[in-house]
Amino acid sequence: MTDVQLFVGLGLLLWLLGLHAVMTHRHTIHRLIAINVSGSGVFLVMVSLASRGEGVDPVMQALVVTGLVVAVCATAFALRLGSARQQSHDEAESPS
Amino acid sequence: MTADGFFDALLAMLIVSLACGALYSRSLYRAVVFFIALGLSLALVWARLSAPDLALAEAAIGAGLTGVLLLSALKHQAAEPLRPMRPSFQLLMAVLTGVTFLLVLTTVWSMPAGMAQVGQLALNSVNDSGVEHPITAVLLNFRAWDTLLELLVVVLALLGVRQLKLPNDRLPVAWPLLLAWSKLLAPLSLLLGVYLLWRGADAPGGAFQAGALIGSGLLMLKLVGLAPTTPWSHWGIRLLVLLGSFTFLLVAMATDVFGAGWLTYPPGWNKALILLIEVAATASIALSLAMLAGSDHRELNQ
Repeated sequence: MTDVQLFVGLGLLLWLLGLHAVMTHRHTIHRLIAINVSGSGVFLVMVSLASRGEGVDPVMQALVVTGLVVAVCATAFALRLGSARQQSHDEAESPS
Repeated sequence: MTADGFFDALLAMLIVSLACGALYSRSLYRAVVFFIALGLSLALVWARLSAPDLALAEAAIGAGLTGVLLLSALKHQAAEPLRPMRPSFQLLMAVLTGVTFLLVLTTVWSMPAGMAQVGQLALNSVNDSGVEHPITAVLLNFRAWDTLLELLVVVLALLGVRQLKLPNDRLPVAWPLLLAWSKLLAPLSLLLGVYLLWRGADAPGGAFQAGALIGSGLLMLKLVGLAPTTPWSHWGIRLLVLLGSFTFLLVAMATDVFGAGWLTYPPGWNKALILLIEVAATASIALSLAMLAGSDHRELNQ
């Protein structure tokens, strides 16, 4: 087994562990962590596949650099959305 | 097994256990800490897979910024008990994902070796792009569309966060050691960020890594209360957030109207245009990421 195969396998494993956790958890933050873990798995598969040949495929790596920034922006928005939901939930339960 | 193979296997085991810790830990706080450690170990994997650009970005974004985001979200969460799903449902999901794993693994392992044609093409024409580093060439020349849309995504995320009612609480007072360290680390991150931006033309680095690094320095200052406020209502802040996308769009429209086509740089202007876009994008990314993670009700909603 080469190291590329090892890391492709690892990436797939991370992706599926994350997927499994998304489906079995209920808490917003826990689910967002799970989505991020499975996203890292996808990045890992892409970058491992990029380093299969003689050189390194720059297009795949550039896509992953873009993906990292988009992932953190989406996570930030989703977390704020989750805490806004929590807040309105709290206010509805205890009107002050 | 060679020393490299041994290290890789150890790294893979470390990552699997950190991921399990992050996903199946009983306490949310522990899960977040595991997740940050996972991000740092992934940076090591990128370095092993000869992707230093990604290692830089992952260490700053994946581990640093996402960690801050998760920890600050944790603070606002009520102590909601972690109710797991029914065991039978969990088992069903485990079987499903296990079958998927085997199917996808056999498919991916049997994929032909060698580089995709588009990657080879990019490597061959780096010299025409205006920069020497292939990844910067792809990001800002060959696939500049992606980067333009990505800058718009950053702006959209910030606008989306603005629409929500943010919690209105004050940060705790920072303890002296943290204050002293931040005063030392924040200028260093600015220095390193500018260096990465400059080096990005012919070595690993570039606008995203630089922006993320400068953004985390700014975020650190915001968290300990040393940074000046960056209220959205100030026109200068809005201008800086939009600067990257505006510059990129202006360049794109100028090349479309006066040149060969949308984002096709005229020969001889490559280097200057790429540098202009990169500087503007770095400033926007740094400020937007710091505001996404560290701004509160007073700065964004008013």
